[in-house]
Amino acid sequence: MYASLVPTSAEMIRFLPELILTVVATLFMVLDPLLGRQSRHVYGHFSILALLGAMAAAVYVYRDPGAAFSGMLMVDGFATFFRVVVIGVGILTVLPSYRYLDREDAETGEYHALLLFSIVGQCVMVTANELIMIFIGLEISSIASYVLAGYLRDDRRANEAALKYFLLGSFATAFFLYGVALIYGMTGSTNLATVRRAILGGSLGSAPIFIGVAAALMFVGLGFKVSGAPFQIWAPDVYQGAPTPVAAFLSAGPKAAAFAIFLRIFLTAFQPIGPGWEPLVWVSALASMTLGNFAALTQSNIKRLLAYSSIAHAGYVLVALAARSNVGTAAAMFYMAAYAFMNIGAFAVVSHLSGKGERYLKVEDFAGLGAKQPGTAALLSIFLLSLIGVPLTGGFFGKFYIFKAALDSHLVWLTVLGLLNSAVAAYYYLRILVMMYMREPGEAASRIQPLTPGLRAALVLPALGTLVLGIFPGWVLDFAGRSSVFVR
Amino acid sequence: MHPITTAHYLGLSAALLLIGTVGVLTRRNIVIILMSIELILNAVNLNLIAFSKALQSVNGQIFAIFVITDAVAEAAVGLGILIALFRNKETVLADEIDLLKW
Repeated sequence: MYASLVPTSAEMIRFLPELILTVVATLFMVLDPLLGRQSRHVYGHFSILALLGAMAAAVYVYRDPGAAFSGMLMVDGFATFFRVVVIGVGILTVLPSYRYLDREDAETGEYHALLLFSIVGQCVMVTANELIMIFIGLEISSIASYVLAGYLRDDRRANEAALKYFLLGSFATAFFLYGVALIYGMTGSTNLATVRRAILGGSLGSAPIFIGVAAALMFVGLGFKVSGAPFQIWAPDVYQGAPTPVAAFLSAGPKAAAFAIFLRIFLTAFQPIGPGWEPLVWVSALASMTLGNFAALTQSNIKRLLAYSSIAHAGYVLVALAARSNVGTAAAMFYMAAYAFMNIGAFAVVSHLSGKGERYLKVEDFAGLGAKQPGTAALLSIFLLSLIGVPLTGGFFGKFYIFKAALDSHLVWLTVLGLLNSAVAAYYYLRILVMMYMREPGEAASRIQPLTPGLRAALVLPALGTLVLGIFPGWVLDFAGRSSVFVR
Repeated sequence: MHPITTAHYLGLSAALLLIGTVGVLTRRNIVIILMSIELILNAVNLNLIAFSKALQSVNGQIFAIFVITDAVAEAAVGLGILIALFRNKETVLADEIDLLKW
């Protein structure tokens, strides 16, 4: 009995990505007071090394997939895919952070430690096969991100963003937990597959109503985390107030991980009651798309605009969840990867242009960027076109597969309304493009600094990713299709 | 005397959830909002332990310990953020924190 509680070496190896990141992040915390200011870039270099190591480990451990720690973690294709996505988001966040932290004269050690801890949490979330583990991962990720959102602690906007993120985030987690507690009480287990068997077995007596309540509470909690309507209220404020690289990170990493557990919980444990929750997701998807896109139309602050756009994009992924099919899951996986690239790229440009103290954040500040820094403008164009969903970009195939999955599941109205929505969205992205290429340079574009190597990498890598996903979508989609089957 | 059954614990826990939720949504003082969130987490703990007893399974109690640990970590970070805010802007009232559009 007790022998089975000691993890085997195979199980420890399946946990290798998390181990690498935890060790490095802890080292940063220890070294931070010892190293002086002249070594401030060391943390960034080691973060990137650690993240590359963790990504290699995540791919390596997939050679021998399976469960770890008494079935609490499950290394399968789905987990590996999302591990690579969240670690990749981490790398793309570290790259623009070099310049950002220098410019704002902020400490670097704690920043990178918190970032790595947050990514550890996301890796645990996407690998977890069990509700307690999902909760622990969610909290490791969330608590580190609350602090990151308020990292510039002398900046009132950052304080406010952190506080709002914290209050609404922990409120949402509490709801999620209440749902988990009910599930545990009704089924006697927190393992997703066991919960599913208990629901299917029908031996629950008066429990179906409680299962429904639990599913609804967990839907509220996860809805907050993915910023789907009507729980999106925090997103614009938090993205506006948080340091720009952190806003980029929040809009991609925690969101991808939250969608991963959303898909895993609702398509494994709650799959038998699918017809019950589908209307909820349907309404939330439509509300997120409509509210996000229409609110974005009127925004003048670029970070708020991108926040509303990220709400709309959460709506598209919820459409894939509403499809309740393996095709839908694969489409959601593909979309999260494509979205991570294009959104982080766009935020990196914003971070570059905004200048010290983030002064230039108006859409008008993009005026003349095409003339002053053609390379940056061209890369931003790729990201914006991908966000619109123009062919040859990852965003196009992401939307295409999602709406195809929705049609396969006979969600005709949702598909039609979603497509109309993406037409509306084109307007506010094109507005930025017009601003960049057809206006005379303003103050922001005239004062723009040359690109640093870190920033250059932070712009070129996501652009390459967006184009590769747009030109060779099959590479990623095949893998996503094979990994999207939870229940065999 | 009626024995106290799991249903009683569930009722108490649901009441705590309701009080906590109303507290978060209506109170102005951020410290009280924090306390309301803790109240919801305690409702969760009560549920877990009642179920753990009813099911004769120890998992629920272990889970409750995790929830307590998490609540502590959350409170520490939350109060830290609140102190950072208070240094820049001397208020703990939610409706006065309005630099960003709420």
